[in-house]
Amino acid sequence: MIEGILVEGLVYGLMVLGVFITFRVLDFPDLTVDGSFPLGAAIMAVMLVNNINPFIALIVVFAAGVSAGAVTAIIHNKLKVPNLLAGILTMTMLYSINIRILNNRANIPLLKTETMISKAVDMTEGFLPESIAILLLFVIIVAVFKTLLDLFFHTDLGLTLGAMGDNEQMVITQGVNPEIMKIIGLGLSNGLVALSGAFAAQYLGFADVNMGIGIVITGLASVMIGEFLFHSSKISMLTLRVLLGAIIFKGIMYIGRFYGYYINMTPNDLKLITGILIIISLVISKSKKRVN
Amino acid sequence: MVEIKKVTKIFGEGTVNENKAIGNTDLKVESGDFITIIGSNGAGKTTLFNLISGNIFPSNGKVLINGRDVTKVPEYKRAKNVGRIFQNTNLGTAGQMTIEDNMIIALTKGFKGLKRSLNNKKREFFKEHLKNLDMGLEDRLKDNVGLLSGGQRQAMTLLMMVLSKPDLILLDEHTAALDPKNAQIILDLTVKYIDEYNLTTMMITHNMKHAIKYGNRLLMMDKGEIILDVGGEEKKNLTVDILIEKFHNIRNKDLENDEILLS
Repeated sequence: MIEGILVEGLVYGLMVLGVFITFRVLDFPDLTVDGSFPLGAAIMAVMLVNNINPFIALIVVFAAGVSAGAVTAIIHNKLKVPNLLAGILTMTMLYSINIRILNNRANIPLLKTETMISKAVDMTEGFLPESIAILLLFVIIVAVFKTLLDLFFHTDLGLTLGAMGDNEQMVITQGVNPEIMKIIGLGLSNGLVALSGAFAAQYLGFADVNMGIGIVITGLASVMIGEFLFHSSKISMLTLRVLLGAIIFKGIMYIGRFYGYYINMTPNDLKLITGILIIISLVISKSKKRVN
Repeated sequence: MVEIKKVTKIFGEGTVNENKAIGNTDLKVESGDFITIIGSNGAGKTTLFNLISGNIFPSNGKVLINGRDVTKVPEYKRAKNVGRIFQNTNLGTAGQMTIEDNMIIALTKGFKGLKRSLNNKKREFFKEHLKNLDMGLEDRLKDNVGLLSGGQRQAMTLLMMVLSKPDLILLDEHTAALDPKNAQIILDLTVKYIDEYNLTTMMITHNMKHAIKYGNRLLMMDKGEIILDVGGEEKKNLTVDILIEKFHNIRNKDLENDEILLS
């Protein structure tokens, strides 16, 4: 059980890192996520079914996610569309695109297909239990991406991206085109989200066009839960906080799924719980600010 | 250096809220000029700065920087030549980032790559310059800028601007949000940098005495026009009374805004 929560937290943690980049670093509430998550899942599923090397598939998935984010940024930049609407536009268009990628179907099962997970389990068979092997795989994957992200935010480009959400005027004053920064930020974010979708599809054993509905809200809830854990302005601690938030969020959802029936709760109520969780977080952080 | 040719800026053109912020204005800023600008609220001072910096584009007319037509060049591109400081002390720096991170962003203008420029050599360089501010910031490189006072933030903004070596600096009442003591510190620092780096400067102020005391040229604006442009010897002999009288003679009315008289 605990391994399951950890793995789910890590798989979705990549998506939450993406949400963190847009909502917190860039201050751009990007709803493209609801479309780029199943986009990543769909591409991965189709490529695995067609026996394409999963590492090549991951590169394609990342590139597709980056493009999705870039489309939102360009709609926002060029047409002066509000950021929320730009994201909803891309997300809506992606729904149709995702069904096309899935070969005009709503889902593709992967249960009998060889995935990165089944390969890892096969490789470690005999000396590691399956659940531990999967956990280890995702610890490594997420650690790699977290480290890369931390390094990126220490570069000149990364620092400037960090300044964007804080003070766009300052970025302009330094001679940097804010439109390009938004494309980079949204691209990076949705690239991570698509990767998360690709891993989620392998973990769940299917890709479904509806698997992204409301996912941005779960990401935001995870970011907010993480923010209660500790305070820091170091990027490596902030990304760690995001991942811990994702794991705790999955833990809460797990409890809701397995013990919720005592109070007549069904899995369909989880979105309601997620929303309430965000509202509670907002209320707490607001009253905290008032005290300070 | 900077030339404005027959520039007009009308906001909300064709609507009931149509407002001519700048009307058919010409201005030539020579290299090395230190121009002070006064005028009541709504006179068009900030609009003039917005037009020069590229924050907004004129409805009519041309803007030239170093002889190049930049009328339609976006703000971020002009920022390589033009530095700007605002009244709001939060606008020049990123509050949730450390002093050293802010400074490394400001060190080079234009697109930033995947380099990691921040190293100990750069830190020493920053410390040296921060020390000259005499605010104890040299020991706080890893503190978030949000922890600094308004005066300290504005001093940092000044330093960051100077380090990026602009040709022209626009100061938009950059001391107005500070208490008198800090305002004086920032103003002294500004003058020191202007001399040291030989910066061409335009400074909006609400303080007539400052406008007279500093700079080699004074502009007075009213209702979107430059109504007075004094330089050289005449500028040196100006007093507040002479300015008020000049305004009266030009506009055939008294200065209505007490704010610029009181300060």
